[in-house]
Amino acid sequence: MMERTAAVEEAGPAGRELEPAIELAELRRDFGDRTALAGVDLRAEPGASIAVLGPNGSGKSTLLRILAGLLRPSGGRVSVLGCDLPGETHRLRGRVGYLGHEPLLYRDLSPLENLELVAALHGIDPGRAGARIAALLETVGMSARAGDRVAELSAGMKQRVDICRAVLHEPELLLLDEPDAHLDPEARRRLAPLIAAGEGRTRVVVSHDRDAAAEGADFTLELG
Amino acid sequence: MTAYSALLRKDLRVELRTLRSLPAMALFAITAFVIFRFGLDRERLSGELAAGVLIPTLLFAALLAINRLFVAEREEGGFDLIRLAPVDRTVLFAAKASALVVYLVVLELVAVPIFALFFLDSASGLLPLALVLLLANVGLAATGTVISTIATMSSARDLLAPLILLPLLVPLVVAAAGAGEHLLAEGGPDYGRFGTWLGLLGLYDLIFLLVGYATFDFLLDD
Amino acid sequence: MADALKSITLRRLAVGTVVVLGAGYVLAFFAAPEDADQGFIQKIFYLHVPLATVALCGWIVAAIHAIRHLRTGDPKHDARSYVSIHISVIFGLAVLLTGAIWAKGSWGVWWEWKEPTLVSFLIVFLLYATYYPLRYAIEDRDRQARYASVFAITAGAFVPLNFLAVRLAEPLIHPRTFSSTGGLPDSMLWPFLVCMAGMALLWATLVWFELDSKAASGNLKRIRRALEATA
Repeated sequence: MMERTAAVEEAGPAGRELEPAIELAELRRDFGDRTALAGVDLRAEPGASIAVLGPNGSGKSTLLRILAGLLRPSGGRVSVLGCDLPGETHRLRGRVGYLGHEPLLYRDLSPLENLELVAALHGIDPGRAGARIAALLETVGMSARAGDRVAELSAGMKQRVDICRAVLHEPELLLLDEPDAHLDPEARRRLAPLIAAGEGRTRVVVSHDRDAAAEGADFTLELG
Repeated sequence: MTAYSALLRKDLRVELRTLRSLPAMALFAITAFVIFRFGLDRERLSGELAAGVLIPTLLFAALLAINRLFVAEREEGGFDLIRLAPVDRTVLFAAKASALVVYLVVLELVAVPIFALFFLDSASGLLPLALVLLLANVGLAATGTVISTIATMSSARDLLAPLILLPLLVPLVVAAAGAGEHLLAEGGPDYGRFGTWLGLLGLYDLIFLLVGYATFDFLLDD
Repeated sequence: MADALKSITLRRLAVGTVVVLGAGYVLAFFAAPEDADQGFIQKIFYLHVPLATVALCGWIVAAIHAIRHLRTGDPKHDARSYVSIHISVIFGLAVLLTGAIWAKGSWGVWWEWKEPTLVSFLIVFLLYATYYPLRYAIEDRDRQARYASVFAITAGAFVPLNFLAVRLAEPLIHPRTFSSTGGLPDSMLWPFLVCMAGMALLWATLVWFELDSKAASGNLKRIRRALEATA
């Protein structure tokens, strides 16, 4: 039987008491008879960087999906960016940048076409979107391959494009599931500023690499 | 560019590049015509036989496209993409149904002339028939998109969609075949009950567009 | 206490059903006159038409429960929708069987395509028969219930449309129909109405009974799971 995880409190970067970016109380998620999350507590101030660690199957990805509003909690209280989930999920949409296990890219479109689609879905004005997309692709080093079909790209390239997709609409909250997967150290270095937490940007990172995760994080949440 | 047009463009673009639905549909229809020629042992068709060959064939070809409507979404987590975006989920319904209408129109632009070539004496009934088919396409797209979404998320997806869809499409077949029977009649098109069939098609379209619009949100929740 | 009361009311409903249904069929077989054209076999009309009407209404009721379920997310509405469809499907089977018997008795054939109501009913029945593979094919309970509700609403909207369509498909000349409800003489009308009421009560009793037993087995499962968890 899974134990409850410890509550973690944290003041914001400036040390002031702020409206929490994330607030979880006894969050539970079941899949049929299996309990993926059994009573998670968390409180994170805006601008914080949280690392979620734990063994395989401890529910890390499930937690991320719930925070993104993609999965309904089975029990407990969930508040993300001031929105109570699942009731107010619609108020959360467009404010979260989500990077999942698999890239959310259409294989038969190019990175450019994928990003243009995402921009349109988020209501970003096409003129502004064009410039931002070009800048992002340049930063991750994918400008040269921006016109090739995603299916022809390697896993690392897809990951880079997916990161562009996740931050394209300048979200207030980043939810990253293994952002360093398939990336060499050079690429990680280049991408780090894109996915960093900071003023107006909170982030939650799921990782297997305890050292790297602990390095970038303000505090960690252990599951399982 | 609105979300709707972006999604529609995406679907049409993917189809143009992968051609995973249209050629199969057209080929299926033409082959079916050949089989009917031998199955019925007829070289000329008119009236109810003509309608009886054309309409069901188009319907079964449509099922091919309906089964594949959400393949890209399923493989690439595209439902996540839409669900994360600040758009009404109904926009996806509208975009997908529109794409389906486009595929059906393209299919008919290929299959109906070939059908006429194979079996008909005169093409005079084809223009009014085109109107009938267009209305039927809309109804087919509305119902097809809803059922395809349901089937996509289930484990028996290839089987489930046609199973549920075929009874649901009976009124469309009744109307389209009823109109076709008169429009493709032996002595030339007969407009006898044309209004009735158009009315039935219009009613079907209205009702199922409404049902799709009202319920699609609930299909994409988790 | 509330549960005990419920079973008293269910029992009363069941008794009421038996009484009304019984009265209806006694009237139908003994009081109502024989049909001039079809003879004794016409009496099956008192069985077939109420079954069909109640089944169709049951499916519409299921659609209403489904709408409630989508709006509130309360699983009890899903249960009501499911059971309504279930009982109506069973009634539907009986409709088709009695329809075939009637056709054989009246016209010497087991099936008649020119009978639009029977044909429409077959199509609707085939549609609702897919409800089971649909539910079975979706594992996640939440999603299964939601999708089933969407289906129930779609199918509910379909029923009247389908009847209209099939009726339009039949040529206006020479319809061979069962429908003798328009212009029924009083001697036939009253037994018919009593049978109709009895069938409706039967449907309600069966639905209530199945909902009760589902709730009971659901409770049992929950208790068992709780016991296992603490063990």
